[in-house]
Amino acid sequence: MTRLTRARRARATEQLARVVTGLAAAAVVGAAVFVVAYIVKNGAGALDVGFLTGAPRDRGRAGGIFPIIMGTIYVTVATAAFTLPVGVLAGVYLSEYAPRTFATRAIKLAITNMAGVPSIVYGLFGLAAFVLTAGLGRSLIASALTLTCMTLPVVITATEEALRQIPTDLRHAALALGATKLRTIRTVVLPAAAPGIITGSILGLARAAGETAPILFTGAVFQMRRLPDSPLSQFMSLPYHIYAQVTSVPGWNRTLVWGTALVLVGGVSIISVAAAVWRSIRRRKVTW
Amino acid sequence: MTPASLTPNRRRLGRTVTTRAAEAVLRALIYICGWLCIVILLAIAAFLVYNSVRSLREAGLTTMLSGMQWYPTSDPGRFGLAPLVVGSLLVTAVALALAVPVGIAAAVYISEFSGGAVKEVSKSVIEFLAAVPSVVYGLIGVAVLIPAVKDSFGLSSGMTALTGGIVLGIMSIPTVISISEDALHAVPVELRQGSAALGNTRWQTTYKVTVPAASSGIFASVMLGLGRAIGETMAVLMLTGNAAVMPHGVLESVRTMTGTIAAEMGEVVQGGLHYSVLFTVGLVLFAITFGINLAADLVLERQQRRWRR
Repeated sequence: MTRLTRARRARATEQLARVVTGLAAAAVVGAAVFVVAYIVKNGAGALDVGFLTGAPRDRGRAGGIFPIIMGTIYVTVATAAFTLPVGVLAGVYLSEYAPRTFATRAIKLAITNMAGVPSIVYGLFGLAAFVLTAGLGRSLIASALTLTCMTLPVVITATEEALRQIPTDLRHAALALGATKLRTIRTVVLPAAAPGIITGSILGLARAAGETAPILFTGAVFQMRRLPDSPLSQFMSLPYHIYAQVTSVPGWNRTLVWGTALVLVGGVSIISVAAAVWRSIRRRKVTW
Repeated sequence: MTPASLTPNRRRLGRTVTTRAAEAVLRALIYICGWLCIVILLAIAAFLVYNSVRSLREAGLTTMLSGMQWYPTSDPGRFGLAPLVVGSLLVTAVALALAVPVGIAAAVYISEFSGGAVKEVSKSVIEFLAAVPSVVYGLIGVAVLIPAVKDSFGLSSGMTALTGGIVLGIMSIPTVISISEDALHAVPVELRQGSAALGNTRWQTTYKVTVPAASSGIFASVMLGLGRAIGETMAVLMLTGNAAVMPHGVLESVRTMTGTIAAEMGEVVQGGLHYSVLFTVGLVLFAITFGINLAADLVLERQQRRWRR
């Protein structure tokens, strides 16, 4: 009798726990659905050709966001140009060359710690190091370098993980054919790991594209008459535009600001999803 | 053999020399890049300290940290950081109060009670939540949460520590879930099977065996969520109202350390005392997050070593 009640109670608790934890998970998924639905609902009205190809007028209360989109693309591409080579080489070092010593452990600690440094601290660092000390001024290149420091840990970790998944047999086969270690890495290991490296890097760069704090004092401006024409010119950027509209433009145009948010989130999501899908297709094709 | 085979051999020799030179350069680059992260991290610390020197000398760290008044533009400026530190802690506390229970419960559900499609979908959804830019969270907070907080508590302004904390909590949830989930996933299946063989239900197994076994990883997830919340800038800047006075509760406007840097750095004189104080705020933030991340990393590594065989 008691054993039966106990079993029954256990089953009831089991159901309760399932419901409670399930509700928590559902709430998180619900929050994501709400975020998407809210942005789309409020921003979809702004999306038309004029909005995507026109320049902002009346401090952003009218007109389009074309130069702002281009500014974000420029700074993200520049960040990629700095981050990818350095990050991939660093990942190669950690996966293929680094000895199992205290120094390597320190490098890995530095990488995980860099990932946790607040973005505004990167902004301060960029201001002090690139804008002032290096004399780059508030510019596209100073912002890109600041974002590079922020994105490097992501690219390095993605590279290292992708390289570790390549079987050792593949390396041994190449070495046995007389290839040097570096040649093995260049012609066998890196191409095989490319999907993982590229997808991980794109996810990191997509996050960099949405960052505001690091570019706040390193190069982003609210209003500019033309597109940036050199690495030393300033630039407009989607996330900074949203922030500036909400905080310093009285009577900001809701539809246009939500449209800007939709373009930012939509662009970042489409690129991330495309990268993830491409990786899973490549993975299915290649089997070890 | 035939002389014909000599030519390619000689060519190969020539190529070896240039290849060797190229390889040496490339290898040097690989080593440099490998060490670059340590250089960058040290450079961040060095630049923060270097630019803080003036304020540390003229105002003093203890005076600043214990000072209750933040009037940076008065003459002479008052640089009490206490309201900002308390503001950051208050917002972070609200965020954790939301993110920790919800995040851990959701991680338990995803790891222990769900499978197949549900698991995959919720994981991608959480990845999406982590990828939404913070300024967009700020915008949603401005549109939805500020009026909601204002109306439900009958306040004159909805820009409060609570408002910022709720949004920060939502932003920290993905961190808590993904790292907790990893920790639960890493618990060997034999432990679960052993518990089930003793007649435990799945929930009994979860809270008696799996969660305790993953506890250090779950703890690390809370630490990293804390680090993310305390370092977040744009959303709090847009939502907390930024009044730099010592708050008495969560329904008051607060100003965080991150928000202060973001709001004031654009207007200060470079090299001035105020400028230097803002770098000190950055240094304090850097020190806090560095400590948190280091601790979380050590805990996580111990957990990994425990289940690695």
